[in-house]
Amino acid sequence: MSTQKILNGNQTIAEAVRQIDPDVMAAYPITPSTAIVETIAKFKADGLISGEFVCPESEHSAMSVCIGAASAGGRVMTATASQGLALMWEMLYIAAGLRLPIIAAIANRSLSAPINIHGDHSDTMGARDSGWIQIYSEGCQEAYDNFLQAFRIAEHLDVRTPVLVGLDGFIISHSMEVITVEDDDEVKKFVGEYKPVYPLLDTSRKMTVGPIDFTDYYFEHKRNQIEGIENSPPVIEAVGKEFGQKFGREYGFFEEYRMDDAEICIVVMSSAAGTCKDAIDEMRSEGKRIGLVKPRVFRPFPHHKIADVLKKQKAVAVLDRSSSPGAFGAPLFTEIRSALYDYTERPKIVNYVYGLGGRDIKVEHFKEVALKLEKIADTGKVEEIYGYINLRE
Amino acid sequence: MKKENWKELTIGTINLDAGNSVKNLTGTWRSGKKPEFIEGNCIHCFFCWLYCPHFAILVEGDKVKGINYDYCTGCGICSVECPPKEKAIVMVKEEIKLIERSAK
Ligand code: SF4
Ligand code: SF4
Repeated sequence: MSTQKILNGNQTIAEAVRQIDPDVMAAYPITPSTAIVETIAKFKADGLISGEFVCPESEHSAMSVCIGAASAGGRVMTATASQGLALMWEMLYIAAGLRLPIIAAIANRSLSAPINIHGDHSDTMGARDSGWIQIYSEGCQEAYDNFLQAFRIAEHLDVRTPVLVGLDGFIISHSMEVITVEDDDEVKKFVGEYKPVYPLLDTSRKMTVGPIDFTDYYFEHKRNQIEGIENSPPVIEAVGKEFGQKFGREYGFFEEYRMDDAEICIVVMSSAAGTCKDAIDEMRSEGKRIGLVKPRVFRPFPHHKIADVLKKQKAVAVLDRSSSPGAFGAPLFTEIRSALYDYTERPKIVNYVYGLGGRDIKVEHFKEVALKLEKIADTGKVEEIYGYINLRE
Repeated sequence: MKKENWKELTIGTINLDAGNSVKNLTGTWRSGKKPEFIEGNCIHCFFCWLYCPHFAILVEGDKVKGINYDYCTGCGICSVECPPKEKAIVMVKEEIKLIERSAK
């Protein structure tokens, strides 16, 4: 039987870890993900989990432990944020290159300088080309659900690619929510038994993991790696459906909110989507035809699916909680704008950066965005492609 | 040797033909100098064997027997580490025969 529990995002991840009980958990504490690591350590001390808990001297080493343990054949997870994820950088690429289905919970936080401990997506967006699958959560329930699904996606034989699950620092990691925690046995059944491919501990087989490639093999190995994430969309879809059948909460690549007859639309990920839904409800009651698209899976990006939904809109605003200095817009925007390029029918599209370093985004801000979208829809003209929300100008 | 295309490779860079570096004749890297073993000076301390980065020191029982030129890159470490005053390994000039080597 499932139970209702009052948990914050970090406790929610720790609870999922307790239920799955991976073979190895290696992590170094960093705000705002510390409580994940701390709670797992407590579970271990209390004898509630049997997996190994390793607390090395840095995040670089934590990911290295994960890589070693996963190569050995273990089911492995970690948790980190911000500078911690940045310190893992080179190991992230190695985990993906070795096709190790490691799971990481990331309490999204800004990057220095200036130093700041609050939530934005700079950390995981920086890792967007590392080869990891990226799934973002709107609240604690989604963080829990996404984390459970992450194992099934990563470990699927066609995929075998690491997955990170993002939960906004503080806004989700430290906020209490009543969530449905599924029954331990049902979770174990859903996640299933882990069968490693080519584990190093299988001494009956002679093999080398991570050998050097020169110009004659590197390219082929990289293409071979890319195949894993390219195989993942049908798996992500099937796992999201099966999760829905089993636990009543179905997931896809993105959520459409009040999009049926919408003419203008806001695209925003993670916790801000919750606030945006309130804003849209209010504007809908005023008769505005506005909707929300909330991407859940950022890597692999569902280009065609999202373009199919957005192409009929008159105006679209993509909101990014990270910046990409010098680029043609922030990460989410460039993906979506590029996805729409192949369509003759396509909306006017603008990009707003919001919430860096944990800056609030409120209902009123979404209403300001809607006003701008209405003007663009009416005039058919975009005066400024990029802008910033709730910034002192 | 036929090289696999990307679909034929084992996932995760795994090489199931472990130990195949034996086919990689690193001796072809030698350029200009090679070690020469002078058996009479050798005290069989095995320093050369310990230090050689390519396992290119030939050994029989508890005696050093010479150099395996298929894998010796000519780095000279063995000669530097060799302790006797009259060294048992000296680096000598080697003429490079490109054709002969690449034929291996
Ligand atoms: S020259 Fe270098 S590679 Fe050759 S035998 Fe001596 S130590 Fe080994
Ligand atoms: S280091 Fe010199 S003396 Fe010692 S075993 Fe090698 S060749 Fe002989």
